[in-house]
Amino acid sequence: MRVLMFGWEFPPHISGGLGTASFGLTKGMSTLEDLEVIFVVPKAWGDEDQTKVRLIGANKVPVAFKQVHYKGFKRPIEQIEISSKIVPYTDPEQYYQKINSETTGHKLVVQTNNEGTIDFSGRYDTSLMDEIYKYSVVAAVIAQENDFDIIHAHDWLAYPAGIAAMEVSGKPLVIHVHATDFDRSGGNVNPDVYQIEKMGMDAASKIITVSNLTRDIVINKYNIDPEKVETVYNAVEPVKLSGDADINKGFDDKVVTFLGRITMQKGPEYFIEAANKVLKMMPNVRFVMAGSGDMMERMMRRAAALNITDRFHFTGFLKGKDVFNMLSISDVYIMPSVSEPFGISPLEAMQSNVPVIISKQSGVSEILTHAVKTDFWDIDAMADAIYAILNYPALSKMFIKNGKEEVVRLKWDNSARHVRDIYYRVIWQNKN
Amino acid sequence: MSLTGKKAICFYFQVHQPFRLKRYRFFDLGHDHYYYDDFTNESIMRKVAEKCYLPANEILLDQIIRNKGKFKVTFSLTGLVIKQFRLYAPEVLESFRNLADTGMVEFLAETESHSLASIRSRTEFERQVEAHKALIREHLGVEPTSFRNTELIYSDQIGSWVADMGFKSIMTEGAKHVLGWKSPNFLYCNSINPRLKVLLRNFVLSDDIAFRFSNTNWSEWPLTADKYATWINKLAAKSELVNVFLDYETFGEHNRKETGIFDFLAHMPGAILKKTPFKFMTPTEVVDYLQPVSAINIPSPISWADEERDITAWCGNELQSAALDKLYSLSEKVRMCDDAQIKKDWEYLQASDHFYYMATKFFSDGAVHAYFNPYDTPYDAFMNYMNVLSDFEIRLKRFVPDSQEVNEMSKLNNLLKEKESLIDQLSSELDSLRKNSRTKKTAKGTRTIEPSLAGNMLLLSSSGTKTAKKSKTSTTTRTRKKK
Repeated sequence: MRVLMFGWEFPPHISGGLGTASFGLTKGMSTLEDLEVIFVVPKAWGDEDQTKVRLIGANKVPVAFKQVHYKGFKRPIEQIEISSKIVPYTDPEQYYQKINSETTGHKLVVQTNNEGTIDFSGRYDTSLMDEIYKYSVVAAVIAQENDFDIIHAHDWLAYPAGIAAMEVSGKPLVIHVHATDFDRSGGNVNPDVYQIEKMGMDAASKIITVSNLTRDIVINKYNIDPEKVETVYNAVEPVKLSGDADINKGFDDKVVTFLGRITMQKGPEYFIEAANKVLKMMPNVRFVMAGSGDMMERMMRRAAALNITDRFHFTGFLKGKDVFNMLSISDVYIMPSVSEPFGISPLEAMQSNVPVIISKQSGVSEILTHAVKTDFWDIDAMADAIYAILNYPALSKMFIKNGKEEVVRLKWDNSARHVRDIYYRVIWQNKN
Repeated sequence: MSLTGKKAICFYFQVHQPFRLKRYRFFDLGHDHYYYDDFTNESIMRKVAEKCYLPANEILLDQIIRNKGKFKVTFSLTGLVIKQFRLYAPEVLESFRNLADTGMVEFLAETESHSLASIRSRTEFERQVEAHKALIREHLGVEPTSFRNTELIYSDQIGSWVADMGFKSIMTEGAKHVLGWKSPNFLYCNSINPRLKVLLRNFVLSDDIAFRFSNTNWSEWPLTADKYATWINKLAAKSELVNVFLDYETFGEHNRKETGIFDFLAHMPGAILKKTPFKFMTPTEVVDYLQPVSAINIPSPISWADEERDITAWCGNELQSAALDKLYSLSEKVRMCDDAQIKKDWEYLQASDHFYYMATKFFSDGAVHAYFNPYDTPYDAFMNYMNVLSDFEIRLKRFVPDSQEVNEMSKLNNLLKEKESLIDQLSSELDSLRKNSRTKKTAKGTRTIEPSLAGNMLLLSSSGTKTAKKSKTSTTTRTRKKK
C-alpha cells in the first residue's frame, strides 16, 4: 500500500510537536513491510533524513500547468496572491521576534521561478495562509504524478493539500489532528483556521486524533460523527543517554523544570504560582522556565513581583542537545498545560530519568500511570507534588524506575500498526 | 491420621474501618495538626453501619437466641473501628455488646490499630496488643484469649510472640504454598511454641461467600444455605475443623442486600446444624476440643490477601518500605512522649490501610482493588501520608527533641548565659560610669574612659550621650580603680 502523506515540517527542520510526531509515525510505518510512504513537505532543505521515507519538497515540484482540476476552496486559485497577515501557528522564536520587531506585512505572490517551481519558506509566518494555498496547488500536481492508495494529511496546514490531492485522484483522505485551534488559541479561535479545519474534517473519510481529549473536541466543537474519529496515541523515539552531560550542576539545589512555549496553552503562570508556594517552604530549590513565547515578559514580571527571581530562572528557547542537558540536571519536570492534545515532552523527560508532573488536561495523561496528574489550575496540588518528589527520595526513585519502564513500551511501531489498520478499513469502506 | 469423630466449624468475622486522612498539603506542615477526613470517615461509617453492621448483627443475635447455644460466632473488632463506632455509630457498639452478652460470641485480640507492627517491631506489637485487650475489656466486657493478626499476617516468629503473650490460638490463612499436601481442615500448632494452636482459613469455602456469592456467572450461582451445608457435609469424612473467615462487610456491603446475602446468613446456621455433623465453635473452644495434628512451618510471613497470600500488598514496594521505615523510626520517641494527642495520632497513623493504598502491584491488572480507597494513585497516597507523617514528626520533636539537638540546645544555652553575664558586667560598668559622670558634672572633675566603652555608651544610652562626650575629654582613671 502506498501512502501519500502531507506534512508541514520534517526533521531536522522542526519547530514543535507536529514535526516530531509525524516523523516518528512515518518512521514506525517504515518498519511495516506492506506500507510505502511518500512524505510531502512545503520545503525540502535537502538535509533531511530520507533513509526511512521518500521525501518530496513542494518547492522542488515544477508547476508546469496551472489548470489543475480543483475546487472546494473558498477562494479561487487566482486569488492566492492576496497576502494575509494571519499568524495562526508560529514557531515560538519567530513569533516572539515578529511581535517585537513589528514587522509590517509584506506581500507575497505565487511566483514560479525559472525552473517552474514555487518557492516556499517552509516556516510558520505571516504569509502562512498563502503558503497553505500554494501548497495545495502543488499537492494536486504531486497527486497527479504519483501512484498511491490513500492520502494522509497532518494538521490543518496540510488539510487543503490533502483535499486537493483527494479531488484530483479520487483516493480516500485520512486526516491526523495533532491539535485544534481550540488548544492553540486558548478559546480565541481564529475563524479562518477553524474553517480550514472543519473543511478537512468534513472531507476526510477518517479522522485520527492524538488523544481522547482531542477526539472529544473534534466531535463536539466541529460537530463530527463520533464513528469517524479514532484515537491513535503518539509515542516517543527511544534515546540513548550518553551519561556525560555537557553541563554539570554548579550548585546543590534541586531543579524543577518547565520546558515549552511560554504561551497561554502551556499554563506557565500556574508553574510560577506553584514555585512560589514551594519556595516559601523550602529554600534549596531552583525553578527553570525554559522556552520563549508571547507570555515570557509577563512571566518575568510576575516572578519579580513575587520576589523569587533569585530562585526562578528563564533560559530562553532551548534546542537539541540543550534540551537534554537541561533534563539531565532536572529533578522534576512539570507540564501544567491548560489544553494539550498530547504532549510528547513528558515522555522525553521520563526517558531522561526525570519524574514528571502533568496536567489532567493533557492527552498524554490518558496513557501514563507513573506520573503525578493534577488539574492545571490546582497549584496547591502541583506545589505539593513538587515538594513530595524533592523531599521523599523513595517517591522520586519509584517514578524514575517505573516511568522508564512505562515509556519504553510506548513505541511508534504500535501507533504505526494502528494507523495501518485504519488505512485498510478506510480503503475497504471506500470500495463498498 | 485417625479421626476422632469430633467436628467443629468456626465462623469468624473481621470488623475494621481506618481513619482515612484528609488531603494534607506540605504547606500545612507545622500549621495544621488535624489529619483526618471527618466527612468521609463519618459517611462511610454511617453507610456501612446501616447496610451491614446493624442488619447483620440483628440476624446473628436472632440466630443465637433461636439455636439455643448451638450457634456461635467470633468477631475481631479493631481498636480503630471501636473508636469510630463511638464517634459516629454508637448503636453499633451497643449491638455488639448485646452479642457479647449472649456468651455465644468470642472476641479476638489483635493490634489496636490494625497495624503492621508484627513485621516491624516486637515491642510496638506487644504494646498495641495490650492496648487492644484493654479496649475490648472496657467496651465489650470480655477478655480475649485467642488472637488474630492484621490481615491474618502470620509467621512462626509472630506466632511465638503471640504464644508468649499467653494466647491460646491464632488465626491465619490456609495458604496453598505453605500447606502443600496438607489440609487446612485440621487444627495445627506453632512450630516454635506448640502451646499456641493455629487455625487455618478454608479459603475456598470462605471465598464462596465473600467473592463468588453475587457473581451471576459462577456455575454454582445462586448459592443457598442448603447448598453450602451440603458442601461442608462432603468435607466431614476427611476433616475435623472448618474455618470460614470473612470480612464482616461481606454481608450487605460487598454483597448487596438484594443479592440475598442476609437470607443466606439467616438460614446458614440451621442448615449446617441440620445437614452436617459439625458443631459451631469459637477458636478458644476449638483449642480445648480438638487435638492438633501437627506443627505447621511458616518461616516467612503470609496473609489472606490477594492471590499471592503474602505481605507485598503492604510492604512490596519502595514507597511502602520508606513510609514504614519513617513511621517506625519514630516509635522510640513516641514512647517517651506522654501527650495524649500524639499518642492518638500515632495509633491512627499505624493502620495498615495507609500502606495498602500505596501498593503498586495492582497497576498491572488495573483492578480497582482497594475498598473505599480515597486516592487516585499509590503515589498520591504516599505523598499525603508522608506529609502528615512529617508534621507528626515536627510535633513530636517539640516534645522529645533529638539527642543531638539536646546537645546543641545546651550549647546554645551556655552561650546565652555567657553573653548574659557579659551584658550584666558591661551594664554595671555603664551604670557606674554614668553615676560617676553625673557626680563629675557637679564636681567638675576629670577622667578618662576606654574608647570602646565610650562607643557602647553612645549606642546604649541616649541620655548618657552628653556625659559620654564630655567624659571623653576628661583624663581621670577612676572607673578602672573602681573595678
